[in-house]
Formats: sequence, C-alpha cells, structure tokens
Amino acid sequence: MTEEQPVLEIRDLRVTFPTESGNVQAVRGVDVTVGPGEMLGVVGESGSGKSVTFLAAMGLLPKTAKIEGSVKVHGQELVDVHNNQMRSQRGKKISMIFQDPLSALNPTHKIGHQVSEMLRSHNEMSKAQAWERSVELLDIVGIPQPRTRASQYPHEFSGGMRQRVMIAIAIANDPDVLIADEPTTALDVTVQAQILDVIQDIQHRFHAGVVFITHDLGVVARIADRVQVMYAGRTVERGQVDDIFRHPTHPYTRGLLASLPALGRERLTPIPGAPPNMLRPPSGCAFRPRCPFAQEICAGEIPPLRPLLGLETACVRAEELLVTEGVA
Amino acid sequence: MNAPAVELNGDRADSVPALEVVDLVKVFPIKSLQGARVIKGVVQAVSKVSFSIESGKTLGLVGESGSGKSTVARCVLQLLTPTSGSVKFNGTELVGMSRKDIQPLRQEMQMVFQDPYASLDPRLTVGNAIAEPLQIHKVKGNHAQRVAELLELVGLAPDHAKRFPHEFSGGQRQRVGIARALALEPQLIVLDEPVSALDVSIQAGVMNLLQDLQTRLGLSYLFIAHDLSVVRHISDSVAVMYLGKVMEVGPAELIYNAPMHPYTQALLSAAPEPDPDIERQRQRIVLKGDVPSPVNPPSGCRFRTRCPKAQDVCADEEPLLVDHGGGQRVACYFPEAVPLVAPTVTH
Repeated sequence: MTEEQPVLEIRDLRVTFPTESGNVQAVRGVDVTVGPGEMLGVVGESGSGKSVTFLAAMGLLPKTAKIEGSVKVHGQELVDVHNNQMRSQRGKKISMIFQDPLSALNPTHKIGHQVSEMLRSHNEMSKAQAWERSVELLDIVGIPQPRTRASQYPHEFSGGMRQRVMIAIAIANDPDVLIADEPTTALDVTVQAQILDVIQDIQHRFHAGVVFITHDLGVVARIADRVQVMYAGRTVERGQVDDIFRHPTHPYTRGLLASLPALGRERLTPIPGAPPNMLRPPSGCAFRPRCPFAQEICAGEIPPLRPLLGLETACVRAEELLVTEGVA
Repeated sequence: MNAPAVELNGDRADSVPALEVVDLVKVFPIKSLQGARVIKGVVQAVSKVSFSIESGKTLGLVGESGSGKSTVARCVLQLLTPTSGSVKFNGTELVGMSRKDIQPLRQEMQMVFQDPYASLDPRLTVGNAIAEPLQIHKVKGNHAQRVAELLELVGLAPDHAKRFPHEFSGGQRQRVGIARALALEPQLIVLDEPVSALDVSIQAGVMNLLQDLQTRLGLSYLFIAHDLSVVRHISDSVAVMYLGKVMEVGPAELIYNAPMHPYTQALLSAAPEPDPDIERQRQRIVLKGDVPSPVNPPSGCRFRTRCPKAQDVCADEEPLLVDHGGGQRVACYFPEAVPLVAPTVTH
C-alpha cells in the first residue's frame, strides 16, 4: 500500500433506498482507500453495491437515497458539503466514466464543444482556448485527427471512440480521482484492449487514483494494483492483485474464481443459490446462505475486515478453512 | 476435451454432419429514408460462410459485433431467408424449402436466446411457456407431465410450472428458456450468447447444464458467444468470424493453442485472463482502429486494414480458407502458428 496521503478515502459508507416494500440496504458500511497513481479494481456481481458506492461518492444518486458515512478527496470531506460545492468538486477533483458513452454524450453538440464545456465550467477560459485544449485532450486519449474529429457529432464516432471522448471529458480538469464504472463492458475485446491501454496511460501520466469497477476478473487481473471484492453491499476481501488471485481467503472470492472457465478445467463449479434480497439481508455474513463452509458462528455479527496473509478478509472461518481446505 | 468435430482425413461417407453450411450469403438492402422502395445500397452481413457440426458436438462461433454471427444463426434456422448458399440439416437442404415443408423440421432445431426475460412472455406461467411449443406442433400426450419432466431436466422443481418469469432469477429464467427449447426433443440447438447476461457464479451452472444435456440427449450445439473463455470451455470446434467472413475454423484446441490467422491471434491476445501472472507475461497484439463498415468492406481480405501483416496481395484478391492440417483452415496469405500464452495455467 502507498504511504502517500490517499486521494480518495471512503469510510463506513451506507446507502439506503426507501421503497414501497421497505428500505433496500444497497451499501452497508464500505471503506475504500485509493492512493495517487494507484488502480483499484472493484469486483462483484450485479447488486453487490459496487456502482452505488461510487455513485454516492460522486453525489450522483437520486435525492431519495439516504447516504451516511464519509467521502474524502485529498482530505476534503464531500458527503456533507452543500450541493453546490459538490458540483464544483465533481468533474474537477473527482470524475467518472460509464458503461454506455452514447447516452452520456449530447447528440446535438459537437464533440469539441462537449469537452470545452467541461473545461469552461471549472476554469476561466475563453472559448477558443477551451477548444484548443479540447483538441489536445482528444489527442491524449488517442483519437486520430483530433482537430477534425472535434468538429464532429457523437453519432459519427464508434463505441470505442466515444468512450475515448468520455475519458477526455473526465480528465479535462486533471482530476485526482477517476472512477470508471464498467467502461469496457459494452465494447468488443479488441476495442476493450485499446481502452484499457488509454486508462492505464492516464493513470501513469496524470498520477491519478483510478477506481475500476467491473464484473470481469480477467480485466481486473490485467490492470488493477489492488482489488476489493464486494458482496451484498459489503467488502468481503481486499488486497494486492496477486494475493487475491493466488491465495484468496474468502469463500466468495474463491467461489468466483472457481466458477470461471479455465484451461484444463473440464467442469465448472458454480456458487449455489442467488444473491440475497437487500430488503432483508441475512444476519451476520451475507454470503452464508450460499457458502459451503457456513456454520452457526457465521450468523452472528456482521464480520468486519481483518488482516490475514497480507490480505484483508471478512470471513470469520478463514484461518480454519486455510487448514482444512488446503488453500494458499 | 472431446475429439475434434472437424474430420481429420476425409472419411466423411459414414457420417452425415448434423449441420452443414456451405457458402452461405445474406445480404440486407439499405432502404432510403424517402421511401422503403428505394434501395440505397446493400450490407453483406454474411459472405460465403461455410462450416459443419458433427452430430453430438459443439461448434463455437466467435467474432465481434457486426461480424455476422447472429445472422448466421438466424439463417441456419431459416428465420431469415439466406440470399444464397446451402444449409443442410442431417443431409436435408433447408434453403428453398417451402414454409409448409420446413414446419416439421423446426421441431428438430431450436434456439436459446441471450435474454430469457425478454424472450419469455411475462403473462404466461413458466409451465405454459414450456408447453407452448408442444401445442403449436400438436404433440400428443400429457403436456403437464412433459413440462414437469422438462423442468426437472434443467434443474428446476416441477411446481415451478405455476410461477411467472418475474419470480425467477436470471439463471433460473435461462433454465426455463432451455427447457422450452428442449420441449420438442430437438437434435440441434442454436445458442445465441446464452450466458452473457448472467453473473459468473450463475453462468457456471448453466454451462454445466448445457454440457450435461448434450451428453445425455446427444444434442448438437451451435454456440455463439463473444466470451472466448466460455467458447473454449464448451466447444469441440471453433469458427472465427470477421465482417461476415470466416477467418479461421478448426478444432478448438488448435484454434486456441496455435492460432494461425492474425485476427484470431489479436482476438485471443486481447481477451484478458483471470491471472495476473499471465497478464504480465503475455504478448499482446493491439489492433489499430475499428471494424470497417460492412456496407463498404475492404477489397481482398476484409481484415487487411487492421492487420499487422498486410501486404499488397491482401488487397488484390480474397484469401480462401486453406487447410493447414488437423482440420485447421485459415483464410490468410501469411498464416503462422503463434503460441500466445506460454505458461500452462494452473489453478
């Protein structure tokens, strides 16, 4: 882990959505730390709370959502700040890219205009200056003939090129933190490879902290420095990428890895059952109803993260399982 | 895995392939905005595609968006009428058959779709949805009992028949989709991205089910997916498509371990493996640019505009699929076997 001051620090974040049938507890006490120039991979399945955690950090959730906890960017608290102030931070210190770039771009404005808009909303800049900087930014994210392309509209761009535009907009104000929420899920693999290169280039060139949210463990293995595995609104395990893949300690992480097709694996091992209903999550460890190793002790308190073998795990039986199951 | 589905040294006489596609072409007209009658141009979605599937085996069809893999699937099932070419099912030519003649054959060929929530009627109970094909084809016998059997076959409980699609999870809904496809005891199932909407922990169960059903019922699969590791896991042979053409086809082992076409190599090298060591060591071939428009595909080899090996000859004439031994056929003037991932995966 880095000794420098973290660029993003989330503490005990809780997000609840009130619905007709009750409160959906989407995020139930999540901590995140990202250092400068560090790539954190956040993995989990649908409904694990991985996107909601960071939408909350960005202040992008609907007003009905109840958010508790602390989100600090470079030591400055974001969750409690007045909405206007959030807006001035958003896009400047912390910015986000999404899965579907077409819905995030305005179809009636030129690409260069949309990048300029981001620049001018946070800086004193003339239109001409902003346009010049936009062309530079499009060049940085690898768009060929950036000057010509700046005058074109979103429909003239392919999916991969649109995602590059989104990245250009996201880095326009040199943010400390870039949050990428499944940015390559809608793209073909050869285009995905290009976009992953762009994001890594941004990470190194701007020394930004990057949070990469994905369900694809292959992508995480490729680009993440550290990994955080989420399940049912909690972090179940986190650590360096090599440790997570080589000797995961949490049965959920192990279950995920065992369910993947791999060379020489004749038979896959699914995780039985389905993720819990977040209106009424199970007591104690939320993975317990699907866990092959669950015992009475797992139904007690919600297990906190604790250090084990260089990782942090939320499984109360982790040590036992290392012995009996011969892992690591 | 199993023996390669592509035949090694001729000897074709003794077995008729479950499916044989030869020179399949599908062209879509582009209609102008002024009036549907005015045709501005054509898209060659599928251009002279050939492959075959041995009975009881799986052919994986891979390729990126716009490569024409789903169009191939729809042409195979005659849901779209091919522009030209031949589709033989158990030796029977389907292209040019009348609707009436093809109707009984439809029982033998079924399809499973990507999104079971969209493909199931929300107002039909799951039992009725599964029984629907039985009614359409006027199958005699006790439908309720057959539905119960089918639900058990796909790992659901018989009393699930009374429930509606919204009461099921994604994985369970896909099992319902599979049960419905199995209702008429087909021989061939076309699976179009059957697990790509599912979370990995659920996907594994559906993959196991598909493999079990194949062994148990002797099914042949045409398996379409963009996830290369999923295709490797389930396929006996693999065809790689790009812009409506097959670039390389052959036994899965050869395609994955020693791909010869530069596109196959780029595709495999771009797919991330869930192993940080492999990811650090492997050679990556990053393609430049995007897939060209199928309205105006490049002359000669369609991949040449992005190919690191392209020469003048590639623009002049289209390379044909040439057999390079072991059933591996490659459409490239400069084929070369390159092992992509050196270390063996140990999990």
